[in-house]
Amino acid sequence: MAASPAGLTATPAAEGPATRKARTAPPGAGRRDRPPVWKRAPYLVVLGLASVLFTYPFLWLISASFKPRTDVFDNALIPHHWRFANFADVWHYGNMVNWLINSAVVGVAAATTVTISSAVVAFGFAYFRFPGRNILFGLVLATMMLPQAVTMIPVYLIWNKVGLTGTQVPLWAQNIFGSAFYIFLLRQFFLSLPRELFEAARVDGCSFFGLFWRIALPLARPALAIVFIFEIQASWNDLLKPLIYLQNTSLFTMPRGLKSIIDTFGNGGEHHWEIISAASLIATIPMIVIFAFAQRHIIEGIATTGRKG
Amino acid sequence: MAAVTTAATRVRQKKRKGTRSREARAAYGFIGIWIVGFLVFTLGPMIASLVLSFTDYNAISSPHNVGWANYRQMFSDPKVGKALANTLVYAVIYVPAAMVVALALAMVLNRVGRASGFFRTVFYLPVMTPPVAAGALFLLLLNGNQGLLNRTLHLVGINGPNWTTDTAWVKPGLALTMLWGVGGMVVIYLAALRQVPKDLYEAASLDGAGAWMRFRKITLPMISGALFFTLIVQTISALQMFDQAYTMFFGGQQNSTYSNDAALFYVIYLFQQGFGFLHMGYASALAWLLFIVIMIITAIQVRVSRRFVYYEGERD
Repeated sequence: MAASPAGLTATPAAEGPATRKARTAPPGAGRRDRPPVWKRAPYLVVLGLASVLFTYPFLWLISASFKPRTDVFDNALIPHHWRFANFADVWHYGNMVNWLINSAVVGVAAATTVTISSAVVAFGFAYFRFPGRNILFGLVLATMMLPQAVTMIPVYLIWNKVGLTGTQVPLWAQNIFGSAFYIFLLRQFFLSLPRELFEAARVDGCSFFGLFWRIALPLARPALAIVFIFEIQASWNDLLKPLIYLQNTSLFTMPRGLKSIIDTFGNGGEHHWEIISAASLIATIPMIVIFAFAQRHIIEGIATTGRKG
Repeated sequence: MAAVTTAATRVRQKKRKGTRSREARAAYGFIGIWIVGFLVFTLGPMIASLVLSFTDYNAISSPHNVGWANYRQMFSDPKVGKALANTLVYAVIYVPAAMVVALALAMVLNRVGRASGFFRTVFYLPVMTPPVAAGALFLLLLNGNQGLLNRTLHLVGINGPNWTTDTAWVKPGLALTMLWGVGGMVVIYLAALRQVPKDLYEAASLDGAGAWMRFRKITLPMISGALFFTLIVQTISALQMFDQAYTMFFGGQQNSTYSNDAALFYVIYLFQQGFGFLHMGYASALAWLLFIVIMIITAIQVRVSRRFVYYEGERD
């Protein structure tokens, strides 16, 4: 195995304490040496075309949600007739504000708990050598393979027993104990950190918790951000659990509420696709807003991986 | 002289042993919370589920033992076979397609320098769309007569299929719906690609390796960890397809539309049995069959992948 901390020196760095340590980085590597524009042009064209494919459905949705019922399928990007009342209709039908708040509360609870707990557990598995480690990590991987369906019914019965079915608690409370996906993902990240970093800190008298808190966590910020965002999103998107646990429409999360709108106005109902479009748009916008902020964080995080903190 | 050396070695060994047990205690401090969660929300429920699968239980009256009846019923229930086949067909369409598309996009992104940030945002945006919203949206886009996709195909002289009603096209249609959200994998692959040291490519180029050779011998091995991760995760989640399919074809007043059976995915059927009809014993048995199927498929993937995956900095 190569002894050099490739993860750190591979990406050119401008400044930061970690880089100063990595003396192998060539001087003046701050600027990425990019190929000239004409060499990148074909790639940019490909990306441009792909972007149209990825963006168009979304633009179509925005457009459809401003159209009158009869125009939804005219596929014009700019509506011929604007109908802003779609949103009033949605607002009128559903408990939209309630659902948005519910989803936000559940999402933050779910993401905060799972990010912290998964990072702690992942570090335990990545850094330490201890009896039973491989067996236990095998178990983590095994639970990742375990379909939610297997535990779904008994877990429901547990929440039923403690009288919390019909509340939002079952939607997030399990996250307190970490989640196999994120433990796996974060462990991969921790493993990619050069071991020398930790050994140097140990020599300097850093405690185990200090290794985690002062070294691993700051370096893992981009990975933690990804976990947090993934979970906010997973929580915001989750349809199955709200279907199982929530009956009271005022407790619905956004996807459950949206599903009820689709059921009422869609195929089985009155084919008010413009209302469904508007509701879908409302359900999506908070995620886009969060992404607008988180994206910057991710870009910064990934671009500075191993160089900040 | 020799005695001194062995004594010193012994002291060193003792010290190392002390360090080790301290390390072990700390380790369990870190992973302890997961162990608790595992016992309460995974292992316990697994055992309960296994027990329930041999009972008749409707969550109201207490369960009574029915032996293997649930499992026998499963094999004579035509809907189980249908749901299993649907699910496998969908996974076989979706997972490879998603990996190829995502890797291709990530590799192109990796070539354009700073512009990649913008495009990555664009590719990731659909991932932010909630599945229920995406399901509703694609129900409209894939509409056989009026949908955007078929209208566009019509422009180039192709008569598009009825994606949402033709039983043969429901699963490809769903795969398309899901492919729209491939941006998450793109982000993972791009991050992995950026970790690949550039000097490897330079050295390979100097040795006369062509683009394909560099891809095969450098890119693929260096990002094999990410590929492996996504393969496993995507397969497992594809086999548990629920949200989009349920949004588009089930629930509410549309209790049985014509294309229902083509979109009857395994978890949907399990959900109907468990929480619709309250056949919780039967649903538990169904869940165990799904588990076994997923285990077999994952085991094969792990076994095959093991030879190709390469980690930097792993200590063992």
